[in-house]
Formats: sequence, structure tokens, C-alpha cells
Amino acid sequence: MSHAPTLNPEYVDETGRPIFHPAEEPHHPEGHSTMLGFWMYLMSDCLIFAILFAVYAVLGGNYAAGPSPKDLFDLPLVAVNTSMLLFSSITYGFAMLAMYRNRVAQTQAWLAITGLFGLCFLGIELYEFAHMIHLGATPQRSGFLSAFYILVGTHGLHVTFGCIWLVTLMVQVAQKGLIPANRRRLMCLSLFWHFLDVIWIGVFTFVYLFGMLR
Amino acid sequence: MSAEAHNEHAVTHDDHHGDDHADGHDHGTYRSYLIGFALSVVLTAIPFWLVMAGVLAPQLTGLIITGFAVVQIVVHMIFFLHMNHRSEGGWNMLALIFTLVIVVIAVAGSVWVMYHLNTNMMPTHNMQGMG
Repeated sequence: MSHAPTLNPEYVDETGRPIFHPAEEPHHPEGHSTMLGFWMYLMSDCLIFAILFAVYAVLGGNYAAGPSPKDLFDLPLVAVNTSMLLFSSITYGFAMLAMYRNRVAQTQAWLAITGLFGLCFLGIELYEFAHMIHLGATPQRSGFLSAFYILVGTHGLHVTFGCIWLVTLMVQVAQKGLIPANRRRLMCLSLFWHFLDVIWIGVFTFVYLFGMLR
Repeated sequence: MSAEAHNEHAVTHDDHHGDDHADGHDHGTYRSYLIGFALSVVLTAIPFWLVMAGVLAPQLTGLIITGFAVVQIVVHMIFFLHMNHRSEGGWNMLALIFTLVIVVIAVAGSVWVMYHLNTNMMPTHNMQGMG
């Protein structure tokens, strides 16, 4: 709990002075840097979304005399979709709490519920896309629609891969139980899943809600 | 402050989960997840209501919902992603701050440059004469 940085004991000599050139590679436990590495990946993913948000901010008003957000967006549907992702976030949280208590069945149950919410989200999003395309609002119709589909679609693709990853982990937990490697994987997916919910906050605010204000 | 207190509680409560995350990892409790969830519901419902009911002027609504989005992102970071200044020895926070700086430069810079480009490149109203 101390705030002062503590030196790795393997980098300190008997008198407590730091060793700058250790003779041997210090021992690192397996997976000790996975969470930090995964966080770095999420930050780079965040940059991808930042660029897509910037593209949408620049092109979002170019309707090319085509449909505008007010003609296309259905806010009650977006609100339902948002709640799906929010529910899936808290159920994933419960899965993690069950994991910390070593309850395999409970973890699996919460993971399954999370996956179902994720699939509901994807289903609603695909329905929305299909409905828009049916109205002639295809990605090639205008700059606004190109930017919309690439931003929302990239998020949806992330959720899709999150669902695939979730099923993979459920199989691994079923086979090997809550071994340290599986705990680490579940913690990575936890970060990924909650991160996608954070991105969705940006999407529903700056794409859907701002779209209706224009 | 209270989140740290819950965390202390959780650590003492279930200390049988091995030492594979003894690096100051904060993993929350049912209580902290429910608090985060309740805050998120409120912070989502109010912007949707403001826009759907159209109670305020569009500019003011835009400002308010931007504020709600920022607050909700912070809530998610604290209650769901368990960000704090000491996770991974502070490197998580450092990476996040660096990323946020890049995000602000990329988004604000793009919007700024393209807005001026649009304004300055706006054709005069008689395009027909240029044919």
C-alpha cells in the first residue's frame, strides 16, 4: 500500500543499494505482465476508435442529399441496445466476482448470460443495419453513412470477437477449471468487454444523440 | 475513498484466490459493481430523455449530454475497469493519460482543420459560371 516505488529485491544488493547490471535475468512469474500488455493493446484499440470518431466528426454532416440521422435513427431501439451492453457489463462483473470466489458453475452461468446479452446487442444492431440498408441508406450512399457504418460496424465487430472469445473461454474453463492461466484470460476479456462498453458511450452520445440534435 | 475501503474488505474477505494478482489489483465487490451500474443507468437515461423529449435548446442539450458521457466514462473506468493510480505500478494510468492526449490531438485537430477547410473552400454561390 506504500506509495513510494519499491525496488525488486533481485535488483538490490546486500546493503540495499540498487544493482544496475544484474548478472542473471531475474525470475519473472508466468503471465506477470499480461495484464499490462493487454491494457497497452486496449489503448492502441482506443486510438483506432479515436480516428474513426474523428472521421465521423468530419464527415457526419455530408448527407449528399441523402437520408440524415433524423430520417434513420430510432432512439428507443438504441436505448434498448445500450441497456443490453450495460447489462452484459454488470453480468461479466458478477462472473469475475464468482471467479475470485472459485465458483466454477457460477462463473460459467454469468459468462453465459453475458454472452446472451452480447448476442442480443449484435442482433439488434444487425436488425438496425438491415433496416437502414432496406431504406436505401447503404454505406456508399453518403459520407455520413460511410463514416457511420465504419464506426458502428467496427464496434460491432469487436463485440462479435468478444462473444467468440467468451465462448472459447467457457470451453476452456469447462475443461481445465479456474486455473491461473484461465483466470488471466478471463481478466483480459473483462477489460476488453468493459472497454467496449466505454466506446459505446461515445457512440450513442456522439453518433445517435447528437445525430438527432443536428 | 470508500471504493478503497470496499476493496480492503474484499481482500480480507476472500483471501483464498491465490497470489496471481497480488500486485495491487482492485477487483471490486458486488456493491461496487451495483453502484457503478446504477450510476451508469442514470447517466444513460438522462441524456436519452433530454434528447427524446427535446426539453432544452439543441446547443445546451449537446453540452449537457457531452458532460454526461464524460462522467459516465469515468464511472466505467473506476467501477468496471478498476482504474486507479496504483494498478500495475501506475503504468496503466500513465498509458491511459498518454492515449487520451493522442486522442484529443487527433479528434480535436481533425475537427478544427476540416472545419476551417470546409469554410474556406466553400464555393461561391454561382458554380454555374465556372463550368
